Amino acid sequence: MHELSLATSLVEQITVIMGNEGASTLHSITLSVGRFSGVEKEPFEFAFPLAAEGTPAENTRLIIEVTEMKVKCKACGKETVHDIPLAKCGKCGSLDVEIVSGREFKIKSMEVE
Amino acid sequence: MCTSCGCGSANLRKLNKAGKEKVVPEGYHVHSDGTIHTHADDLVDHQHHYEGGGQHAHPHPDQSERRVLELERKVLEKNDRYAGENREFLAKRGILAVNIISSPGSGKTFLLEKTLERLKGKIPCAVIVGDIQSSNDARRLQGKGAKVHQIETKSSCHLHAEQVGNVFHEVIDKKTKILFIENVGNLVCPAAFDLGENFKIALLSTPEGEDKPVKYPVIFSDAKVIVLTKIDLLDHVDCDLKKVRKNIRQLNPGVFVFELSAKTGEGMDAWIDYLAKLTA
Repeated sequence: MHELSLATSLVEQITVIMGNEGASTLHSITLSVGRFSGVEKEPFEFAFPLAAEGTPAENTRLIIEVTEMKVKCKACGKETVHDIPLAKCGKCGSLDVEIVSGREFKIKSMEVE
Repeated sequence: MCTSCGCGSANLRKLNKAGKEKVVPEGYHVHSDGTIHTHADDLVDHQHHYEGGGQHAHPHPDQSERRVLELERKVLEKNDRYAGENREFLAKRGILAVNIISSPGSGKTFLLEKTLERLKGKIPCAVIVGDIQSSNDARRLQGKGAKVHQIETKSSCHLHAEQVGNVFHEVIDKKTKILFIENVGNLVCPAAFDLGENFKIALLSTPEGEDKPVKYPVIFSDAKVIVLTKIDLLDHVDCDLKKVRKNIRQLNPGVFVFELSAKTGEGMDAWIDYLAKLTA
């Protein structure tokens, strides 16, 4: 389960950020997780408390915002939600599209004290 | 002016570390030292002590104050940093690096065996191979003209960038042109970790069925090359090539697809020719 190593990476990063900010308590953390990031919400929610044990992130409220995959059409220029597994423009049907979001796995914000 | 505590003008716009302007959401404000905090009732647990004139006495920066940090930082920042270093190292030496990903048993190692045999004496190659346990794959790949290093990941289901960069010196020399990184057999986890490769190659073997790309869209849409292996088994397994192609095209319209059998050699010429052209 790679969510555990992802959670461990997250906890390491949290510790560094909190050190830099001089914060001792992490009340909540909001993540932005793309549907195409390769990270699944439920396993991650399971793994995070395990990785956070004994760290400043222990008992933190984890908020995961799942973001849709969006494609930008090179033919008509429109951005549409990518209906997995079909990579095509939702407006004109062109297959000439590029993925503009949905692969991100980011810390959006942290509420610290 | 902050309507709750009256401290100065609430700077609603502030530059973040990257120099980009970030907008602080309603209910929060930024102090001149860059501290962002909120006065939303449910979030406040600190007291402001007013001393007149709209001034208040809590020290700035107040590290004990509850506040929201707007970050927008990648969780895999550390891995990405190592991947960036790997990419730079390889680019400086003109080495093409590919990250080969598939389920266990799709034929990654066998394809590499045959590929190394064909490239021997023509294109200097290096191989880093990842497995949870054992060095069987490295042994299979020895003696084919390329330096091979096995990484045993133990409990981890994927390679990460630091691990790979740490063993570059074991396999790469001045002549190296292609670095093959054979990832741990797994279609899920390796997709999330950039190793500093030029691109990912996903393998799919005919016995796995037509819908693997649909079931594992993250890796099959991210790969620049997809190799359909074991086509010599087409008569014996339930796998419709047309359906496979359609599933791949829908997901990843521009991908290069090779259909081959490393065992019989069918389709291998095109694959070898492709690698040769990339390094020419």
